[in-house]
Amino acid sequence: MGRTLFDKVWDLHTVRELPNGQTQLFIGLHLIHEVTSPQAFQMVRERGLPVAFPDRTFATVDHIVPTESQARPFADGLAEEMMVALEKNCRDFGIRFFDFGSGEQGIVHVVGPELGLTQPGLTVACGDSHTSTHGAFGAIAFGVGTTQIRDILATQTLALARPKVRRVRVTGKLGKGVYAKDVILAVIRKLGVKGGLGFAYEFAGDAIERMGMEERLTICNMAIEGGARVGYINPDKTTVDYLRGRPRAPRGAAFGRAAAWWLSMASDKDAVFADEAAIDAGALEPQVAWGINPGQTVGVTENLPRPETTPNGARAGLEEAYRFTSFEPGRPVSQIPINVAFIGSCTNGRMSDLREAAKVARGRRVAPGVKAIVVPGSQKVQRQAEAEGLPEIFRAAGFEWRNAGCSMCLAMNPDKLKDREICASSSNRNFIGRQGSPTGRTLLMSPAMVVAAALQGRVFDVREIL
Amino acid sequence: MSPVIKSVHGRAVAVPGDDIDTDRIMPARYLRCVTFQHIGQHTFQDERFDGRGNPRPHPLNDPKHAGASVLIVNKNFGCGSSREHAPQGILRWGFKAVVGESFAEIFGGNCTAIGLPVLTASPSDIQDLMTFSRAHPDAAVAIDLEKKEMTFGARRVPLDLRESARKMFLEGLWDSSATLFAAREQVKAAAARLPYLHDFAVTP
Repeated sequence: MGRTLFDKVWDLHTVRELPNGQTQLFIGLHLIHEVTSPQAFQMVRERGLPVAFPDRTFATVDHIVPTESQARPFADGLAEEMMVALEKNCRDFGIRFFDFGSGEQGIVHVVGPELGLTQPGLTVACGDSHTSTHGAFGAIAFGVGTTQIRDILATQTLALARPKVRRVRVTGKLGKGVYAKDVILAVIRKLGVKGGLGFAYEFAGDAIERMGMEERLTICNMAIEGGARVGYINPDKTTVDYLRGRPRAPRGAAFGRAAAWWLSMASDKDAVFADEAAIDAGALEPQVAWGINPGQTVGVTENLPRPETTPNGARAGLEEAYRFTSFEPGRPVSQIPINVAFIGSCTNGRMSDLREAAKVARGRRVAPGVKAIVVPGSQKVQRQAEAEGLPEIFRAAGFEWRNAGCSMCLAMNPDKLKDREICASSSNRNFIGRQGSPTGRTLLMSPAMVVAAALQGRVFDVREIL
Repeated sequence: MSPVIKSVHGRAVAVPGDDIDTDRIMPARYLRCVTFQHIGQHTFQDERFDGRGNPRPHPLNDPKHAGASVLIVNKNFGCGSSREHAPQGILRWGFKAVVGESFAEIFGGNCTAIGLPVLTASPSDIQDLMTFSRAHPDAAVAIDLEKKEMTFGARRVPLDLRESARKMFLEGLWDSSATLFAAREQVKAAAARLPYLHDFAVTP
């Protein structure tokens, strides 16, 4: 019987089966940032534990980073305290820190892939739920809590229960103006925000195979929004080509050996899956997540759903979404006005996202009264975009061009919504209060759709202006 | 060894709703800290207070439920961000167990790792529990992890939890670090067979 990539990676990294039924799993790559690690280092210190494999942990700073002035000390004393703690922890334990001065700082899920740290066949863990992103390379990557970060620091292992694997086949050629973001929103809409509980998702099918690495990262990034802690895509030529020449990828003859091993880790043709799901991406239009979770999504030409015609299970959630958003059931989603447009995040803050956004913004103007910001996912993305002249295009259209970080995806830095503002956002969560105002509202969509909304001052079908 | 947890006794309070994410349990601005010490007070902050700091109607603001130690919830509780600040907040608020229809994966793991059992019950039993806790905020309920059941009033309902978690609580091994640390030699052996650490290792 064939094995899935998940089986191969899990079995290879199994240290032992624990008496309680969990697996003690070796973590090949551990990524840390300033928000969820300080308490873990504190625990390690209190217990007098070592950091077992300091060269397998890498740090960056992203959540609290101000995207305007990054002069130290930060204006926010609490953010500064977190930054100082991370600097000290990395220094004390010999962990490589991609800080501002390194030129390699950025969102942890942008930095790992672009440096070539994230590779097929690895187990990857980070104290951040969007760690599923790294699965795009055919790694088994998952978010963990702070106590688990303590365990990884001290032992480079975790105690975990093995999930089942569901294959999600995405077929068909994406239409013009339809992107990976629309595909994953449609998957979550179809399978639900809790549909993935207990599962790892293998994303497969010709639509996934045609995608570049950055699109695949967008897909796996939001696996967690569908309840699947792990999402992955089998490594192929696209994966190998992306990794060739990356600063932390193998070089020379070693690269050839690595590539052969990476490809051997893909799911076997006759691999057996606990469950299968399918989606026809060729029929998709641009998607908009309008409610209070990413499953509350409609196509851009659709109307908002009516609770009374919604199946029982989802009705209470819809009613809660309407109470919070004050949007009107049955109205076209394209009539929702916006106040803020945000392009960035670990979902859509990479070069291909910014290029697509710039194509739409070029020679046009943001609607009066709309605040629009572009936040590159990393310093590398920022430099590349600057080399390609993208900031000039964005600025001429009325967008602000900022420094790299998580920014308004979760608003731990100064970039926040105010009061009841509505934000068209290329990020991953439209949860209540997510963007910094407890009453602010978030509409999730692709970067191109965010630009279209910024130009029109309302949700707008980007296909009309492509 | 961490303390053995065989049972939880206390009063129950219901916070109803599916898909309550960890941003709602612990808003991101309270993650700006380097210790969990003071985080309990901010649990459900924006659900409990409006923008001007005035209390909103919320079960955790209701004096009748002050001091409750069992939190009753619905489906997919704790979805979204992996922030352990959310379970730490619930624990430090004073809860000793959470009972719901289902829990998000990362959240459930984080709770277990800090000695906060999360248990599931059927939707109808959860509904009954919620009704009971509202009608009898002073009544004690009891969770038995050995028998996997909960008693409230005259009712006794089955509970479920992952067998591995149940064993860890009953044996006092929910703090995993000693268990993991004990296998140091096996960890080294596992690392030795990973090609990316040897055959094509990258040394910066």
